[in-house]
Amino acid sequence: MDALVVERLKKAYVAPDGERVPVVDVQDLRLAEGAQAALKGRSGSGKTTLLNLIAGVLRADEGRIVVAGEEITALPEAGRDRLRAERIGYVFQTFNLLQGLTALENVLLPMMLRGAPDRARAAALLERVGMNGRLDYRPAQLSVGQQQRVAVARALANRPALVLADEPTGNLDEQHADEALGLLRDVCRENGTALLVVSHDARVLGRFERVLALKELNRA
Amino acid sequence: MRTIAFLVRRSLRQHALSTAVTAGAAALACGLVLSVFSVTAQARDAFVRDPGFDAVLGAKGSELQLVLNSVFHLETSPGNIPWSLYEEFREDPRVALAIPYAVGDNYRGFRIVGTTPEIFEVEYAKGRRYGIAVAEGQRLGRFFQAGNREAVLGSRVAEATGLKVNDAFHPTHGADAEGHVHEDEYTVTGILAPTNTPADRVVWIPIEGIFHMEGHVLRGSGEEHDPEPDEEIAQEHKEVSAVMLRLKGEAAGFALKIKARESGVATLAWPIANVMQDLFDKLFWFVRILEIVAYLVVAVSMAGILASLYNTMNERRREFAILRALGARKGTVFASVVSEAAAIAAAGALLGYLVHALVVAAAAHTLRTETGVVLDPFAYHPVLWAAPLGILALGALAGLLPATKAYRTDVAANLAPTS
Repeated sequence: MDALVVERLKKAYVAPDGERVPVVDVQDLRLAEGAQAALKGRSGSGKTTLLNLIAGVLRADEGRIVVAGEEITALPEAGRDRLRAERIGYVFQTFNLLQGLTALENVLLPMMLRGAPDRARAAALLERVGMNGRLDYRPAQLSVGQQQRVAVARALANRPALVLADEPTGNLDEQHADEALGLLRDVCRENGTALLVVSHDARVLGRFERVLALKELNRA
Repeated sequence: MRTIAFLVRRSLRQHALSTAVTAGAAALACGLVLSVFSVTAQARDAFVRDPGFDAVLGAKGSELQLVLNSVFHLETSPGNIPWSLYEEFREDPRVALAIPYAVGDNYRGFRIVGTTPEIFEVEYAKGRRYGIAVAEGQRLGRFFQAGNREAVLGSRVAEATGLKVNDAFHPTHGADAEGHVHEDEYTVTGILAPTNTPADRVVWIPIEGIFHMEGHVLRGSGEEHDPEPDEEIAQEHKEVSAVMLRLKGEAAGFALKIKARESGVATLAWPIANVMQDLFDKLFWFVRILEIVAYLVVAVSMAGILASLYNTMNERRREFAILRALGARKGTVFASVVSEAAAIAAAGALLGYLVHALVVAAAAHTLRTETGVVLDPFAYHPVLWAAPLGILALGALAGLLPATKAYRTDVAANLAPTS
C-alpha cells in the first residue's frame, strides 16, 4: 500500500481583484510505504500549499489525496484532524515547538491529541535524536539545532505512515542542516515511515535518491 | 478532557503573571460578593434574634432608640420613667416577667446597668442563662446581692479592663469614659461566662447602686431628689431607664402598648425583633448599593479575564495553528481557551473564600468590639456556593469571545515562517 497517493489535485486562491489564481495542479504523485523523496521547487511555487493539502490543513478544490489508505480529501474537517493526528507527522522550517512546553511535553502533545500519551516512548524518541538530558528544557533554552531535533522526535511520536517536512533545514547552518536531515531520514527509515521533504536547497535535494521537480508535477 | 487540562495547566504556567493578576481580581470580586451577602445576613440575624425579652418599656419617644439602648446597650438612654410605672407593669397579669434597668454610668467606656438579680435567671437565648465563668475548674465569683456595692462583669469587660474578682473600681458618670469619677467604690463579685451577646460588654450592679450613686439626682416624683448615702429612698422618687418585659401571649403586647401610650410618659417597644427588622428594612437601600458595587466588581474582574485572554490571542495564533497541525480539533482549541478562562475564575473563586474569611473576621471583630454581637464566620448562606459557581460560569462566559477567535485561527497562514 502506498503511503501517499495524490491524483488530479487542484487548488487555487482568489486574488484581491477576484481572479482565481491556480497554485497547485498535480496530476499524479505517489510515495510507497517507507519511501523517501524530495520535492524541489523555487519559492512561491506552491510547495507549502501542497504539503498543507496533503496534511488536510487546506481543502483541495478538486482531486484526491490518500494517506495510508484513507482518502483525506473525502473526510470532513474533524476526520482530517484525526487522520493528521494518527497518520501524519509534520516538520516545519521554523520547528514550531510550543514555547510553554518542555521538550518532553512537546513530543507528548501529539500523543495526547491522539488519546494515547506514552512518556516512555516520548523520552526514547528524544534520546534517539540525541536530546537525552534535555527532556525538561523549554524551546527557548535549546539551540536551533536542538529544537529541530525535538521537532523530528515530535513528528514521529504517533508512528505516522507519512512525515511531511517543509524546508526542515532552512533555519540551520550547514553542519546542523546535514545532521538534522540525516537524523530525519534515519529515524523515518527505522520507523518504516515514508518521508516527503520539500526544499529549494540543492544540498538537501542532493541527499535524496528520488527528487521530484514541482515545476514538472505542478501544471499551475 | 485530559489533553485540555494539560493545555490549560501549561498555558496558565506560561502566562503566570497575568493569570495571577486576573485570578486575584476575581478573588476580590468573589470575596466581596460572599462578604456583602453573608455579613449582612449574619448581622441581620444577630440583631433580630430573640434577646430573651418580648418588649421594652421606656421613656416616651423612639422605639428604636429604646431597643438599641436597653437590648444592645448602644446609644444614649432616651430618658427615665417613674418606678411606679415599672411596678404597675410588673403587677399586670399579662406580664410574665419585668426587670428594671437603670443606666447613666460607665467604667472605662463599658456601660453600667443597675438591675435586680432576676436578670441572671433570664434565658437570653433558647436554653441558655447567664452563668458565672469557670477558669481552671474554679467558678469566678458569684452574682451580686441586691443592696450591696457589688458588680458582676460581662466577659468582654473583664477581658478588656483586667478586673478580677474582689477588685474594686469607681464608676464614671455618663457614657464617656473621661467623665466625672464617682466616689462610690464597687467590688467585683463575679465574672460572667461569655454569652456572645451585648451583655458581655455590661457591668451589672444592683439597681439601688444607681439610685444612691454620688451626684445622681432622682426625678421619679417630678421633682429633683438627691438621696443621702444610706437613705431608704421612697418609691415615689425612684425612676428607671427601661423595663425589660416578657409577656403572656401576643394579645398582651397590643394591650400593653396602648397602656404605655395612655400613661403619657412611656413607650412600649414590642415586638423587639420587629423594631430591629424595621431598622434593617430602612437600611435596605444601603445593602442594595453594596450588592450593586459587588456585582460591578464582578463584572470588571470578568472583563479583566476576557481582556487578558483576548489580548493574547494574536500572539497565540501560531500556537493554535501548531496544535491544529498536530491534529487538535477546532473544538479542542475552543474548549481549552474557555477552560483556561474558567480555571482562572475558579482559582479566583477559591481565593475568594480566603478574602471572605478575612473580611468576615475583620467585621466580626469590629462588631464584637463595638457591640458585643458575635457573627458566626461559618454560618451557612446560599451565597457561599452560589457566588463561586456564578464566578466560574461568568469566567467561562468571558472565555467565549477569545475562544471563538482561537477557533477561527487560519492554520496554514499561521504556520508560515516569520522573519
